[in-house]
Amino acid sequence: MPGVADRLPRLLALVPYLLARPGIRIDDAAADFDVTPRQLRRDLELLWMCGLPGYGPGDLIDLSFAGDTVTVTFDAGMSRPLRPSASEATALVVALRALADTPGLVDAGAVRRALAKIESAAGRAAQQQAVVVGLATREEAALGTVRNALDRRRALRLRYYTASRDAVSERTVDPMRLLLVEGRSYLEAWCRSVDAVRLFRLDRIEHATDLDEPAVPPPDARPTDVSAGLFRAEPDQHLAEITLAADARWVAEYYPMEDVVDLPGGGAMVRMRYADTGWMVRLILGLGADVAVREPPELAEAVRGRARAALARSRHLPSTSTR
Amino acid sequence: MSSARAERLVNLVLCLLSTRQYLPAEHIRSIVSGYAGAPSDEAFFRMFERDKAELRDLGVPLETGRSPGMEAGEGYRIARRDYELPDIDLEPDEAAAVALAARLWDSPELAGAARGALLKLRAAGVDVDAEPPTAVEPRVRASEPALTPLISAVQAGQAVTFAHRRHPAQDPVRRSLEPWGVVSWRGRWYVVGHDRDREATRCFRVSRIVGEVRATGPPGAVLRPEETDLLQIVAGSAEPRPGSHRARLWLADGRAQGLRRQATTVLGRLAVDGVDGDLVQCELPALDVAARWVAGHGPDAVVVEPAVLATAVHALLTAAAAEVA
Repeated sequence: MPGVADRLPRLLALVPYLLARPGIRIDDAAADFDVTPRQLRRDLELLWMCGLPGYGPGDLIDLSFAGDTVTVTFDAGMSRPLRPSASEATALVVALRALADTPGLVDAGAVRRALAKIESAAGRAAQQQAVVVGLATREEAALGTVRNALDRRRALRLRYYTASRDAVSERTVDPMRLLLVEGRSYLEAWCRSVDAVRLFRLDRIEHATDLDEPAVPPPDARPTDVSAGLFRAEPDQHLAEITLAADARWVAEYYPMEDVVDLPGGGAMVRMRYADTGWMVRLILGLGADVAVREPPELAEAVRGRARAALARSRHLPSTSTR
Repeated sequence: MSSARAERLVNLVLCLLSTRQYLPAEHIRSIVSGYAGAPSDEAFFRMFERDKAELRDLGVPLETGRSPGMEAGEGYRIARRDYELPDIDLEPDEAAAVALAARLWDSPELAGAARGALLKLRAAGVDVDAEPPTAVEPRVRASEPALTPLISAVQAGQAVTFAHRRHPAQDPVRRSLEPWGVVSWRGRWYVVGHDRDREATRCFRVSRIVGEVRATGPPGAVLRPEETDLLQIVAGSAEPRPGSHRARLWLADGRAQGLRRQATTVLGRLAVDGVDGDLVQCELPALDVAARWVAGHGPDAVVVEPAVLATAVHALLTAAAAEVA
């Protein structure tokens, strides 16, 4: 249960928190501390028993309850929260620096002001620079138009390259947010062509046009949960079993794998999921002798068929046939 | 943590915050509520040691020392100035920036630490909305197990050794590094520092560290040279190999869109094997990558020039055509 393990930090923060907000509703305080109102009441009951040595009526923390609100009437000397620990300060300051140092992402002025205040309040703990995060992604031509559409809440017309299908299509989207994940930028938007939320990789947007009409994602358009990575294994995807030679071992690091078994000599046997057979065939064709498809047989057959067709066609090319 | 222990620890903090004198352990035992139940001296000292460790883990600045006129042993107090978060006041746009920053991490440790920091800011009276509406959402994953010990070593100024694969297909090699920091760059984590064996600045991809990271030598021994830009070091060494390749390709109509995107010029129309297509000029990356891309498109893309690329593609396709299940 979350909250129980963090109880002591919460107990130490609660009195100053309540001092700053006289008469706050217990439900609101519980929400801020990410615990149930019941847990918060238990915390308050515990704090009520604490105080200064002597533990007489004038020594104990005193709280006054009115309806479902609470006010601190005596803080027993605990009027301010503990300073953030080194790891807490690092987590926040590193993230703020990353935002501040990435142009065009957010209002850098506000980030820098916040950073300066947090650094000065957290003291020495914030000065460490053990962790640095660079959020900048590769140059993306569409960024300006996308950013502007998000800020102005405008719909966009996209010309977009879908790598899985190796196809370029036109679609109208209602932008929702700009996601920066795993070193790349994605426009999350409601796609009117498929009536669903989709992520569009910015470097695959060939052209974006501001439609000068409001973006209206339907109310049930939910943001994508990317906490477990962008690629999600789906039951209707195919599963391939392939052997990678050492020179193709990078594939197991680059794409999400179900299973990787190292082989002598630096190669690996892997199982990976794929949604689109055309995409998988392109990947395998390009790896030549460094890959062998073990399963499924249809995939192996498709690869061989495409390779033979390619060899046959290259013999028909006028300029290469004379070589 | 039991309620009794939580209550005792809060009482201990309140007591030590309220004193300017260093209080000996025995005195604390007699005045702080919660220690009276200790059945023996030994039980008390065990309890007290654990409590001190708990408070220090939380970052409570527990001081030890001797007040003038104190008879036996050392005592304890908490310096209020070091304990208390000073006044801080954030404008709404600053608070929104802080909330966004706190949500950057997709990692239990760092996300938990950021939440802990937010909790303290709220306790200082700052209103930080946990889920502010925002148009931009940067996320950084930090799931590599080696990250935590590396960050600790950097913070402690301690050298480390670890086994590292330079290439995923190579055997790991033992490295001895004076770490200056860890860097996230384009979605990947690197540790940067002075490689003791190579006597040079090096960065290592953290996901390619195999097994444990061991801290060696005394804390405080590693000093990062001033004016070191860690991000710059990683960006400089992690950039993909430059060198682009100009190629002429034939692309079947409506196919090989991935290659068509690399085309700088359409040179003309051409039918190959009865199939209509475009003759295009492309800027492609290094030869092996270019060959992989072109071969991937099978009969939809044919290399016209240069011959070296045509040969490389031909070799890949020949191998793929001969492949036996």
